[in-house]
Amino acid sequence: MKIKSNTRIVEPSSPKKPGLIPRRDFLKYLGGGVLIIFTPLEACKNMAESVQGARSVPKDFNAFLHISEDGIVTCFTGKIEMGQGTITALAQMMADELDVAIKNMKMVMGDTALCPWDEGTWGSLSVREFGPVMRKAAAEARAVLIQMASEQLKVPVARLTVSNGIVTDKLDNSKTISYAHLAKGKKIEKHLNEKPKVKAPSEFKIIGKPYKRTDSTLKVTGEAKYAGDIKIPGMMFARIVRPPSYGATLISADTTEAEKIPGIQVVRDNDLVALLHLSRDKVDEAIVKVKAEFSQIEMSVTDKTVIDHYLKSATKGNIINSKGDIAAGQKLSDKIIESEFYDGYVAHAPMEPHTAAAMIDGDKITVWASSQAPFSTRDAIAEKLKIPSEKIRVIIPFVGGGFGGKADNPQTVEAARITKLSGKPVMLAYTREEEFFYDTLRPAGLNRVKSGIDKDGKVTFWDFSVYCAGDRGSDTIYDVPHQKTTVFDQGENDPQVHPFAVGPWRAPGNSNNTHAREMQICVMAAKAGMDPLEFRIRNLKDEKMIAVLKAVADKFGYTPGKGPSGRGYGIACGTDVDTWVALMAEVKVDKNTGHIQVVRVSCAQDMGMCVNPQGTLLQIEGCITMGMGYALTEELLFDGTKMITQNFDTYEIPRFSWVPEINAVILDRMDQPPGGGGEPAIICMGGVIASAVFDATGAILYHMPITRARMLEALKKV
Amino acid sequence: MEATIKFQLNGKKTEALIDPTETLLWVLRNHFGLTGTKFGCGLGFCGSCTVLIDNEPVRSCQLSAGDITGKKVVTIEGLATDGKLHPVQKAFAEHDALQCGYCTPGMIMNATGLLLKNPSPTTEQIKEGMEDNLCRCGAHVRIIEAVNTAAKEIKGGK
Repeated sequence: MKIKSNTRIVEPSSPKKPGLIPRRDFLKYLGGGVLIIFTPLEACKNMAESVQGARSVPKDFNAFLHISEDGIVTCFTGKIEMGQGTITALAQMMADELDVAIKNMKMVMGDTALCPWDEGTWGSLSVREFGPVMRKAAAEARAVLIQMASEQLKVPVARLTVSNGIVTDKLDNSKTISYAHLAKGKKIEKHLNEKPKVKAPSEFKIIGKPYKRTDSTLKVTGEAKYAGDIKIPGMMFARIVRPPSYGATLISADTTEAEKIPGIQVVRDNDLVALLHLSRDKVDEAIVKVKAEFSQIEMSVTDKTVIDHYLKSATKGNIINSKGDIAAGQKLSDKIIESEFYDGYVAHAPMEPHTAAAMIDGDKITVWASSQAPFSTRDAIAEKLKIPSEKIRVIIPFVGGGFGGKADNPQTVEAARITKLSGKPVMLAYTREEEFFYDTLRPAGLNRVKSGIDKDGKVTFWDFSVYCAGDRGSDTIYDVPHQKTTVFDQGENDPQVHPFAVGPWRAPGNSNNTHAREMQICVMAAKAGMDPLEFRIRNLKDEKMIAVLKAVADKFGYTPGKGPSGRGYGIACGTDVDTWVALMAEVKVDKNTGHIQVVRVSCAQDMGMCVNPQGTLLQIEGCITMGMGYALTEELLFDGTKMITQNFDTYEIPRFSWVPEINAVILDRMDQPPGGGGEPAIICMGGVIASAVFDATGAILYHMPITRARMLEALKKV
Repeated sequence: MEATIKFQLNGKKTEALIDPTETLLWVLRNHFGLTGTKFGCGLGFCGSCTVLIDNEPVRSCQLSAGDITGKKVVTIEGLATDGKLHPVQKAFAEHDALQCGYCTPGMIMNATGLLLKNPSPTTEQIKEGMEDNLCRCGAHVRIIEAVNTAAKEIKGGK
């Protein structure tokens, strides 16, 4: 096989061709070795189009890959690592296509000066969408290297094989050359005209195998650096004068008392008043001495009245799915069930609060940030500071949890403004109180569901509405002849709807919608006098959903029983990010205290190709554990635009004593494209716990979280 | 305001000219550059800032530099000896008992303190002992396994 290419080998000392290597920083970083730059345009176009509003592919969208003289392969990606394990899964994909050992892979992530443009790390897109682009780039790199080896060894390409980065003649294993040797002292840019194929699943050596996290040594020794760990000589700690309520605007700030603390520096710029000090303690001490006046927004909504508030403010319904005729469906029904389900506002509450370190050097600003989106962070800074994007470098070190909350990064703009105004390097790390206050919360939600069943236990109609939570996961999933889904405005940008900022929270909208749908199904199955698993299977045509339900029943050791069976068994299933997921849980309810203990949870997932089963397992366990929070305790308390919840004493997230026994099965679908892994299982946690509580007690819990008080209240009605 | 504070830090005799009223967490991070100890909540609720003082796991955000005079302070950076990971660190890595890693140093320090006090904890005792260290990623099941493994290794090594 002869691969046509427009190969060009350039010695490192020769002058740069314009446009070839875009950034000086990049070259400086790389040093010697071979540099291969790919422009997988076709794949990039797909990615860009998936971003709402993106019409063109940014010019600097290249997938970078560097092979050094010592054989280390460096991959540059705009994706970031926040615990979800992309650092391992992407390395696996690249190593497999290149035929190098995973220990020789190095990931450079989320640095706008070194990495290709990326939309952001969210939506479980890293493996699902970026992965295939990366595999193509790696396959092309492998083909280029083999071609170079062929020229050096004087052996036809077809006779060469690669293992662990060493190219060998299949017929004469004395003829061998390593990638490292091929890389020595050269800089290469190649574009192959004929793109080589990526490996078939049967050829995988690394993809699909369980790999432990590649970052754990750094993380168990404390060496892993997060944004707050950046130290810049002369760096000052910043605190900003904050409003007492959301959306309030600053009228005046008297810093006289604060300035009496030696070493305090004040920075002012319209709405921004910040204090700086070399000591974090001193700036903390000073900030409370500032006397500030704000103009506040009055809103008469509280966490108790939010649903009524929604019904008043969210009046525009949009039918996103309609099939058959609801009225005709009602006539076919033996029983009609009408329910309303509620969910509270939930915080992301990552253990690392939003943090940014910023430094100005001449007209250039560098920001180290705890962000899920390096490039949009850079652009937001550029826009606010009115300086060109090229003058700003955003670097994302390890991120201490994101869950969607670090898609939004006001702290980066604030830190950049402060460094520009003061000329000093600054560290701005949100306090926990600021973190709750400025979090882009998961919106509280209301679902109204009206549905019917006939005498055979078939669902006759399904009329589903969602208010303010978003439409993700609002699909019926069941096979229903007459159905309608109505979405009332999310109100994300409407200050009349939400008193606080709202935004994407791990599988946005889907945890609300799946909770409502699956709990309604649980009630319908009980009314039909059927086992809830059998009821689901009878009303499903989706083979993948049926398969995950059967798989989870098997893993759980499920035996049929009509609800409420007293056993405390719950079921929920759904789809998210191209993954089909089903959960079963067992709970124990203390009828005296209202305490719910989740005893065990099983999960089955069809996520297409699973790149790293170990990483997937971690994500499933994480989803199940984190998801117990929104199901049982997590709910922000507020009064109008004043946030009452400020810290972990009043915002109870899952703890060790909550932890159930967890097991999971990942269906073998290696021939399918990869689905997402970081979000799916969490969508089922509300529904699986609420249905298990129903099975244990007969109480129907309509309101998430199922606090002890709500549990006791519901028990009274049984 | 500044005073000389004498204490032992990660096995080494240390003398530092610092303001004794400064928060231990910030002193460790900013004065000594030991950034493995994390800020999480500032009020002692989350445990990300846990260090050992005289073998006792404590919240460094709730102590002042003056409180450590004459004491032995161990941070995550001081746990490994001669380049060898401490059994608790090793077990966390082996069990993949972490995701984002931000709570990890605090978890490891708390677990180390727990095992110093009770070398053979039951799973229930591990849960109880770790209860007030928060993890948002949901690595709990693996952390419990890791502490169990570490307990066995520490005992076996004795």
